[in-house]
Amino acid sequence: MAAIGSPAQRPGASTQSTRASAVVRRRAIVLGLSVISLALVTVYFRESDGGMLHDLQSTGAAVMRPFEVAAERVASPFRDASSWFGGLFHAKSENKKLKDEVERLRQEVILTEAALRENTQLKSLLDYREGARFPQDYRAIAARVIARAPSQFEQQIVVSAGKNDGVAKHDAVVTADGLVGEVTKVASNVAQVTLLTDETSAVSAVDIRSNAAGIVEHSESGSLVLDRVTKDQVVNRGEVIVTSGFRSGDLTSLYPRGIPIGVVTSAGQSDTDVYKHIQLDPFVDFSKLEAVIVLAKKPEAR
Amino acid sequence: MLLDATKSAAFVFLAAVLQVSIFSSVTILNGTADVLLVAIICIALLRGPVAGALVGFWGGLLLDTANLGTLGQTSLLLTVAGYWIGRYGETTGRDRTHAPFVSVAVITFLYALGSLAFRFVLGEPAPARAVLWSTLFQGIALNLIVTWPMYWVARLFLPQPERRERVERIHALG
Repeated sequence: MAAIGSPAQRPGASTQSTRASAVVRRRAIVLGLSVISLALVTVYFRESDGGMLHDLQSTGAAVMRPFEVAAERVASPFRDASSWFGGLFHAKSENKKLKDEVERLRQEVILTEAALRENTQLKSLLDYREGARFPQDYRAIAARVIARAPSQFEQQIVVSAGKNDGVAKHDAVVTADGLVGEVTKVASNVAQVTLLTDETSAVSAVDIRSNAAGIVEHSESGSLVLDRVTKDQVVNRGEVIVTSGFRSGDLTSLYPRGIPIGVVTSAGQSDTDVYKHIQLDPFVDFSKLEAVIVLAKKPEAR
Repeated sequence: MLLDATKSAAFVFLAAVLQVSIFSSVTILNGTADVLLVAIICIALLRGPVAGALVGFWGGLLLDTANLGTLGQTSLLLTVAGYWIGRYGETTGRDRTHAPFVSVAVITFLYALGSLAFRFVLGEPAPARAVLWSTLFQGIALNLIVTWPMYWVARLFLPQPERRERVERIHALG
């Protein structure tokens, strides 16, 4: 009872001041990090492509590249196995006679599919590069897709070729099937490619049969459309659309002429609209890109 | 302390590499899992707001570097996310089984909104309908699926320190 009557010390006073300083410290840290982030965004936007932050980013991307390639290679057999199981599900429902044979070959397919797919893609790219369709003023730079944007609304990929390989900003990117997109950022060993399906992409194009000209871009509904085609021009379903590769004085298109883009799936017009409504189905399957060709202009053609 | 920081940084680095190389290309029902976001949330829950903010900043830098995106953009969002979840873990969410799942669901939603807002402010395409309607709920579901294994791995990497007994003996008065 005597203890209650004695003058009591406040044991919590030092604890409270320690807590208060911890609160101040952690708020200072998060505020500092936020300010640094905002400063990075600001400087990154204001500086040129050859600025200090871009160089640092380029070096960082080069450091991360081997890890990305390794992870991609490790995951490749699992991805193949997963796609194989998907294919097997459909094959069973379509044709039961093949079931036994598929079972027997399963292990072999899983082991060889990765190599086979890569081989096929590279071979088709090689055929394209050496074929008559390849644009004359350009040289081909083969590259693997090593990263994809984390969200669905950023239609961008990162490829394993950069400044050191001769890639430059605005170079066209293709596969043997057709146009993929445009190089929008270049680091020393990697480059960012904005796909044709991105909202910001627009390509001048022509109908290969009727020569009707327009602009291929992304529509609000998510598909590709051939816009700015006046009603007096003729475009029919099933016709092939290619890049126009226009040249007007010093102004030239980013893309060489004749790269296939897609096939017309519907063409119509209304009385109130100035232009036709033309929808396209792209030749390239953007969800399965693994290897691409960057078209770099030859020095004499620049 | 240093070992803890190194392990957290390595864990986030691994998550960032896996995110850009593998998980970003695996689309299920139009959605993709974000293991980097989940990794940062796990570390923030286990180690508090300061560690959460630091690994958020680090993870954002890694992601922007690997994708050649605008440096600092993702860092800012993930720093705030890490700090906030760290505070939640330190106060309300401590020792609650549902804390990682609630955190992942809420932060995935807010992170998508924040990204949209940031992109809108920077004048980049910000298709709200596509993000909020077509992909967001699938993304939350996929993130919730990877939450438990990620949290388990994070606890292996960063075991909880044993709490010191603050009161060892009680003296009765009177």
